[in-house]
Amino acid sequence: MYPRPFHYHRASSLNEAATMLAQLGNEAKLLAGGQSLIPLMKLRLANPLHLVDLNFVSGTSYIREEEDAVRFGALTRHAEIENSNISARIPLVHDCAAGIADVQVRNRGTIGGSVAEADPSGDWATALLTQKTEVQCVSPRGERKLPLADFITDAYSTVLEPDELVREIVVRLPEKGSGSAYVAFKRSAPVYPTASAAVQLTMDGEVCKDVAIVLGCVGLVPVKATAAESALWGRRVDDKAVTAVMEAVRVAADPQSDMRGSADYKRTLAAALVKRSIEVAVRRAHGEPVEVSHIYA
Amino acid sequence: MPETIDEVAIQLQVNRKPYSAKVEPRMLLVELLREVFNLTGTHVGCDTTYCGACTVLMNGVTVKSCTMFAVQADGAEILTVEGLEKEGKLHPIQKAFGDSYGLQCGYCTPGLMLSTLQLVTKNHDPSDKEIRKAIAGNTCRCTGYQNIFKAVRLAGQNMKGA
Repeated sequence: MYPRPFHYHRASSLNEAATMLAQLGNEAKLLAGGQSLIPLMKLRLANPLHLVDLNFVSGTSYIREEEDAVRFGALTRHAEIENSNISARIPLVHDCAAGIADVQVRNRGTIGGSVAEADPSGDWATALLTQKTEVQCVSPRGERKLPLADFITDAYSTVLEPDELVREIVVRLPEKGSGSAYVAFKRSAPVYPTASAAVQLTMDGEVCKDVAIVLGCVGLVPVKATAAESALWGRRVDDKAVTAVMEAVRVAADPQSDMRGSADYKRTLAAALVKRSIEVAVRRAHGEPVEVSHIYA
Repeated sequence: MPETIDEVAIQLQVNRKPYSAKVEPRMLLVELLREVFNLTGTHVGCDTTYCGACTVLMNGVTVKSCTMFAVQADGAEILTVEGLEKEGKLHPIQKAFGDSYGLQCGYCTPGLMLSTLQLVTKNHDPSDKEIRKAIAGNTCRCTGYQNIFKAVRLAGQNMKGA
């Protein structure tokens, strides 16, 4: 399958890429990992007249561990994050990176591309919205930094201007004594999840002091389940509390029925994934190393 | 739609040999390998980033060559199934797939062998879980995977001496 013909432009820096976008106008698209864009172009669902390739820009793929944050270059591949020692600092980042699609796609796909595409079924935004995450953007007018929650506005939509791109994703380190988990369910390895759940919580003994719960694939954007968070906040994490959380998740989820399953099935699935994520996050908060990632048949 | 599109000159290594070509930007890497370089060992299965039949190594890691443009491989080192064999001798992974009956129709096999290479280069004794994860992006519709698992385990053993 061939995409429509397009003009190819190779950027040598991110600033140059932004300038190219400004000159080429609305019919230009950025090519990062290409694992979503190229399939869309082959199906002719996306038909850019110009493609600006970021893959030859050096210094865009890195994981910088600082005292209070971890910085991910926009073109850091999922596999580089999977194979780093990030799980010791922010466990859910590893859960997410290690389960996206399959080995080959993780070798190409990028964290910046995933966040900027804002696919409702994407993994990164859901996972990172439980963290204090900021998106550093660059355009010919300069740079700006936005909280991830303000960055994604709708399905496949962000605040990025037509000549603006993502330079870096900055994730603040969670507080000591906290734990996190990201669990997604998919029907087979290479496909998008049917539903996913991300949990970040801080424990004081058996009591949850602080919690963030975000659901993926069950709305046009990741869903912050605030009522579910309230059901856990300041309470003992026991069966009764978790049952209340699951009920609140079923209400918060707003999925569409599609080939991956009915809306009701997805609500039940999202609740089960949240339950599983809470269990893992609590064990991790207590210092136990637990390995989780995407689940598939 | 643009009236004329400039072709792009690229140079790359394929199976340790230098190649150059002038390609239309929309040409996929798998088309370059198969149609221009006549390296037809890399297969096109689903053509939708699912099945992994088109898997090749680029700069030492597996990629789906149906989901990359040829221009993106400019300056890269590509390894296809044709590059596994050296001086008429089968690669330990090829031998393992043969000895374990790790294939039936063989369509998925080139991709599977390259995914196996990425795995067993670093890990000679992969667990079943590690094998499952490593080949999750390669679909086989014949074997039921049991003999492929045997082949990957044997490939790891073969690679110890290689």
